[in-house]
Amino acid sequence: MYALAVVVVALAILLGDWERIRFNFFNVEVMADMFPGVLTVAARNTILYTLMSFAIGLVGALALALMKLSTIGPYRAFAIGYIELFRGLPALITLILIGFGIPIAFDLRMPGGRVGAGVLGLSIVAAAYMAETIRAGIEAVPWGQSEAARSLGMSSNRTMFTIVLPQAFRIVIPPLTNEMVLLIKDTSLFFVLGTTPLTKELTKFARDFMVEIRNATPLTVAALVYLAITLPLTWLVRRLERRAAVSR
Amino acid sequence: MTACAIKISELHKYFGKLEVLKGIDFEVAMGEVVCVVGPSGSGKSTLLRCVNRLEEPTSGTILIEGDDITDPDADVDRLRTRIGMVFQQFNLFPHLTVLGNVTIAQRKVLKRSEKESVEVARQVLDRVGVLDKIDEYPIRLSGGQQQRVAIARSLAMDPDMMLFDEPTSALDPELIGEVLDVMRKLAEDGMTMMVVTHEMSFAQEVADRVVFMDGGVVVEEGPPAEVLSNPKAERTRRFLRMVLEK
Repeated sequence: MYALAVVVVALAILLGDWERIRFNFFNVEVMADMFPGVLTVAARNTILYTLMSFAIGLVGALALALMKLSTIGPYRAFAIGYIELFRGLPALITLILIGFGIPIAFDLRMPGGRVGAGVLGLSIVAAAYMAETIRAGIEAVPWGQSEAARSLGMSSNRTMFTIVLPQAFRIVIPPLTNEMVLLIKDTSLFFVLGTTPLTKELTKFARDFMVEIRNATPLTVAALVYLAITLPLTWLVRRLERRAAVSR
Repeated sequence: MTACAIKISELHKYFGKLEVLKGIDFEVAMGEVVCVVGPSGSGKSTLLRCVNRLEEPTSGTILIEGDDITDPDADVDRLRTRIGMVFQQFNLFPHLTVLGNVTIAQRKVLKRSEKESVEVARQVLDRVGVLDKIDEYPIRLSGGQQQRVAIARSLAMDPDMMLFDEPTSALDPELIGEVLDVMRKLAEDGMTMMVVTHEMSFAQEVADRVVFMDGGVVVEEGPPAEVLSNPKAERTRRFLRMVLEK
């Protein structure tokens, strides 16, 4: 098996057009041209869109999780319907629905324009995914915790917010960080909504730059910036998970 | 009429089709210490948990100092502040320090000021002998210390009575004594207590009355000297033989 790998690598080295690869993917002049826009506009927008979608999605997810665990039937039904629907659809469909479908149908403009529509669409999808995570976290808190709180005279709402949720959130921080990594990548879908030079996120920025100068180096740069954001986050998740494992 | 802390009448409880409490009539007087003993599955824990409605009775009434806690319109949260409860698994809040555990319900439920709640916390923690652990998190405490903090957490609410659900069953043998000591002191101070336990010597020594339950009914009750040393019912005798042989 090693022999095969050696042969493949050797062939790649011998036959690869290295000058061409260097020129098209690792072109230093192109890289220099991309700065500072790739950071001050593109990366900034990617991070901004992610954080906004995550924050709004988290609030929605918490509401959905509580609804799914509610004793009130219609709330449960709504939460289940919502979660299954938006986890079942491609995020792209939801984005197009919010960005074009609903504005066309009701003849209205989304607050915040195209970026607003993108953030809203992504929040809707993120809420569906994170709701299940949060629900699982709430259910992972031992029932005895609720019983102890109730026996001290706390109402069920008070018990949820002061005793159960603080513990549930510790449990779900690693999986929620994972959701955020997925969300970072999903912001690349914003391009379907149309952009202006100042609202481009990383993928759109790189793609437009590539088409303009007919060179693929911007893709390499975008990939490296994505990794610079996501790798520390996944490293953080691993650390958090290890710490959680130790404390239990 | 003598003050009755807990008055249970005609209490039935079903889990699905299974009837675990088959008509319990039972009283605990103010200041009385009642130990409930019996084999596992006899319904004694369910009975205790019905008293503060952690378990919903299927039928029957329970009066807490005359107030019907089984009434659908009863302010259960309010009534529960008068009933302390201690669990087998302690159930301390792991995300709060010992101080946080003992103050959170004082602040959120009784609306005590921060200062007052800390004062009360120090007092009750001193009473159960864990004041030196006030800033620790529960995970750093031994089982015996955790259970004593749990007792302090209940005491901080100034309850009129305390329910104990097998408070020493999850403890290592060498830690049982320190928890029983605290409970003994509580009893001496006149606290009304209903204790589900397997500690026969504790019941013998501390209880005013022992109740033996089996199969969802009260088989026998009376002073510990009678029930534990000279039981009338064959079922009680069989159970005591089994427990004492262990």
